[in-house]
Parts: sequence; structure tokens; C-alpha cells
Amino acid sequence: MRYVTSVGMEVHAELLTKTKMFCRCPNAFGGEVNTRVCPVCLGLPGSLPVINRQAVEHVVRTALALNCQIAMWSVFHRKNYFYPDLPKGYQISQYGETNPIGYHGWIEIPSEDGENKVSIQRVHLEEDTGKLMHLPGGKAGVDFNRAGVPLMEIVTAFPPDIHTPDEAREYLHYLRLTLIHLGASDGKMEQGSFRCEPNISVAPEGSDKLGTKTELKNLGSFKAVSIGIQHEAERMISTIDNGGELHQETRGWDEGRQISYPMRKKEREHDYRYFPDPDLPPMVFDEEYIEGLRAALPELPLQRRKRYIRQLGLSAYDASLLITDDPGWAEYFDEAVSLGGSPKLICNWMNGDFLAMLNEEGLPARESSVSPAHIVDLVALLESNRINGKQAKEIFEQSFKTGEKPSDIVKREGLEQLTDESEIRKAVKEAMNQNPDAVQKYKEGKTNIQGFLIGQVMKKTQGKANPEIVSRVMTEELER
Amino acid sequence: MPISMDELRQIADLARLRLSDVELEAMHSDLNRVLTHFTHLQELQLAGVEVSAHAVDAQSVWDNDEPSGGLSREQALSSAPSAESGLFLVPTIIE
Ligand SMILES: [Zn+2]
Repeated sequence: MRYVTSVGMEVHAELLTKTKMFCRCPNAFGGEVNTRVCPVCLGLPGSLPVINRQAVEHVVRTALALNCQIAMWSVFHRKNYFYPDLPKGYQISQYGETNPIGYHGWIEIPSEDGENKVSIQRVHLEEDTGKLMHLPGGKAGVDFNRAGVPLMEIVTAFPPDIHTPDEAREYLHYLRLTLIHLGASDGKMEQGSFRCEPNISVAPEGSDKLGTKTELKNLGSFKAVSIGIQHEAERMISTIDNGGELHQETRGWDEGRQISYPMRKKEREHDYRYFPDPDLPPMVFDEEYIEGLRAALPELPLQRRKRYIRQLGLSAYDASLLITDDPGWAEYFDEAVSLGGSPKLICNWMNGDFLAMLNEEGLPARESSVSPAHIVDLVALLESNRINGKQAKEIFEQSFKTGEKPSDIVKREGLEQLTDESEIRKAVKEAMNQNPDAVQKYKEGKTNIQGFLIGQVMKKTQGKANPEIVSRVMTEELER
Repeated sequence: MPISMDELRQIADLARLRLSDVELEAMHSDLNRVLTHFTHLQELQLAGVEVSAHAVDAQSVWDNDEPSGGLSREQALSSAPSAESGLFLVPTIIE
């Protein structure tokens, strides 16, 4: 029997704020344990939470970017459970269908023939927990630096639109880039600021019901997510095919052994005893605030990708090199393109020599001495055949070191490419006269000796001759 | 619906409260009085009354995203039953 896999995705992203969600302790990563704590985030009696305005704004902007409806009136709930990393005995979260700040949205992801839509069920605001750490001697301790850090949860809609490990990966990739380009999260998976938990089910092809699902945890990278989903789907299919029974469960991913293993039984939802937090008044937004944020949204990664491919004629690969974790890189490219010049050439130079030099120096593009105008200048010299590719590399290297404009370097050093055909022909004839043996070999059929002769011409012209013209004239003279 | 002594012990256990038999007795009678009061509330006719979860009429109370306040680690750990290496010691979890 053939099966269809369905994947729902729950993503938690820590928000880029200076302070925590309900207290003004700093929101940061690392540092000494229990040094960013106060009565609120330690859950001490008598303390009261106050909502961080910036965190709310990040979630509203994300919800708008994900084409969500916005809850103009929204409350926080208490999600009750006992765990040592949760000092209050409840997590402040948002519950309900239309109560989360954003709900019923979608995001586009690239597909083979355009884009697919992935529906989003909700985007809500909550707080992170502390961190349970193991101490020598089998003891455990808690660091509450992370407790109360603003956390955004983004959940895909049911039934899921994602059916393959690749789609899951594209979804996570574009969602993560979107958060980074919005400035809502740094998306650092290795620091836990972007965490994803897929739930996976398989059902016979054509069935209108979804199978029993399992939730997969401990996935540390996008690669682990896609391998984990593949593995889990295969495990479920072989269980069914062998007459076994699946049960709803949470499984962990063992990265070392590349297998999933059963974890704790999933708590049923009503066990959390959600209720509105009486300490936190409702959030009420007005139309003007929401529309102001909507109007100020930046161009999002997928829109940018479409524009690069459809309007600028770049390949999907080139577009992916420009749309990265650093929004400044794509902005740099956009600025260069707006100054004129071939987008493809600008892209090649940025992602070739320029990127290599930046990486070597550990510099962001904007802090280097090369501006978008420098790149455009260089590309113009190339496009008008005033310099060749070899010269361009040398000129660019100088430009990177000194900040001098490529065209100024060309003028100062007299580096203009030689395109005058009669002068090139003169040099070609000279090279042939000085190397009669090579000419003889060519006439005997060893035509690749032409490369040697072209090299002689380039030497005579100090590398300035246009290689295409040299090659054409050389062939003409040899075939005479 | 009155709460049983077993349920009370379980809730105390979940809330990490260690109560003596005398305290349990007192808590049992107090809690049952509260619960009885709630059964009276449930008898009220509330059709047509708007749902409200908050006692005061405030809305959209925000704070600016600027760090302030906080406790030193020594202050924070001073109320912990036990601490080690700057961490709050907790019972180990068996999953
Ligand atoms: Zn705090």
C-alpha cells in the first residue's frame, strides 16, 4: 500500500528584546547562571508581571508577515504544570482559536514549479522556561536566566500542508529567514533561539483521515529535522505493514544513532487547566497601530527571491546566495542594482571575490572599503570591455585594500584593456615571428599550441589585451 | 462537591506542600467552605451577563523594553532550600 506523510510543525523562537517578557531583567544568552533574575521571573509571591511592549510588536509584525488575522483583543492564559524549570507552576501563554495575537495565516515556500502555501494556525506570545542542569553526583540544579524570556510560538494549520521532509525543511528555512529579516529573532538554532518540533503521521493514499501522530523532539538542525521526519515516517509505515499498532506519543531524536526513541507520554490538553491570567489585563490594538506596522514591513525573503528570479533574471541558486541570515547582504545587492549594471555580474562579484575577502577579514560588507558603487563601477568596466576578467580581479583586490574606485585605478595605472584590433594583430604577428617552431607545430595539426602563442601575446601587452579578440585574430593569422 | 482527604493530600503533594495532620484537617475544612461558596455562585442566573476574566477595567498596560531592577545571585539564592554552583538545587527528574 502507498502512504502519504503529513507533517505539522511547532516552532518556538526567542524574541530579540533587551528585556524579558514580563519583567525588566536583561534578555541575553550565556553568562553566569542566575544573574538575570528578579522576583517576577523567579515566581516569588507578591510579584506582578508587566507586558514588554517590544515583544508584542515583534509578534504583531511576524503575524502580519505571515498573513495572519490579528486578534484586536487578546489575553494571556496560565498553562499549569509542575516542572522544576517553571518557578510559578504555570507558564504564561495564549490559548484558544482566535485569541493568539495572530491566527489563520500562511507563508509561501518555493516548490518545483513556483510556490506552495503552508497554512499557519496561530502565532502566539509566551515565556520561556529556566534551564535544568545536571550536576556531579547525580544532582540537578536550575538556572533561571532564561525563565521569562519572550518566546513566540508558530504552529502550522491542521490538516497539514507539509508532506515531505524537503517541504518541512523549506518551510523552516523561510520561516527562520523571515524572522531574522523582520529583526524579531536571531534564529540561532545552536543557542536555542529557534527550536522546531514536527509532528508526523502517515495515512494510506486517498484516505480522508490522518494517521496517529508522533511528536519529534531534540532536533538540533534542519538536516536532523528532515532525516528525523523521513525516519519516523518509515518506522510508522513498517509498523503498520507488519500488523503493529501506532499510539500517539512523543519521541526523541538520537542524533548519534540516527533513530527516534519513545519519550514521556503526552499530557492531555485539559490537564494544563488553562485560564486567563488575572494579573495581566487584555491587550487591545487599534486599526491605526496595526496598519502602521503592516505598512512598515520590510520586503520579506520569499518576495525578494521571487523578484530576483522573475524580475532580475537570477537563478534560484544565485538568489539563495544573496538572501541569507544577513539582511544587509541583500540590501547591499539591491543598492548596487539600483545604481545600474548587470544583476548577474553584481551577484557573481559579491558572492565570489568580495565575499571571500570579507570572510578572510571577518568584516561585514558595509564596514569594508568597497561600497555598492565600487562593485557597479567594476562591473561597468567589464561590461564595456575596458578591462578583462584577470585585470578586474587585480583591480578589485586593490580597491578592497585602499577604497579607491576601480575606474580611478584603471586611469591612474593605465590599465585599460587593449581592444584596438590592429594593435592586437601587430602583437600576434610578432609572437608568431618570434616562435616559428610553435607555428610549425600548429600547421602539423597540434592546434592546442595556440594557447602558448596567446600567452605570448598577453605577455607582450602586459595582460591588457582582450582575450576574445586575441584568440580570434590569432586563429585568422594561423589559418592564413 | 466537597474535596476528599485523599484529593487534598495529592494536591498538597503536587504543590510541594508538606502539611501535618493538624494542618491537613484545618485545610480540609477551610477548602470545603470555599468550595461550598462556589456551589452557591454556580446557582446564580448569569444568562446575558458578559464574560469577564479580570477584576479591573485596565487594558494594554505595557512597559518599555529597558532593563531595570533585578536581584543579585546571592539575593536570589538566599530563599532557596538548597543551592550549589550558583544553581537552585531541585529533585532529579525521572521521566
Ligand atoms: Zn526578572
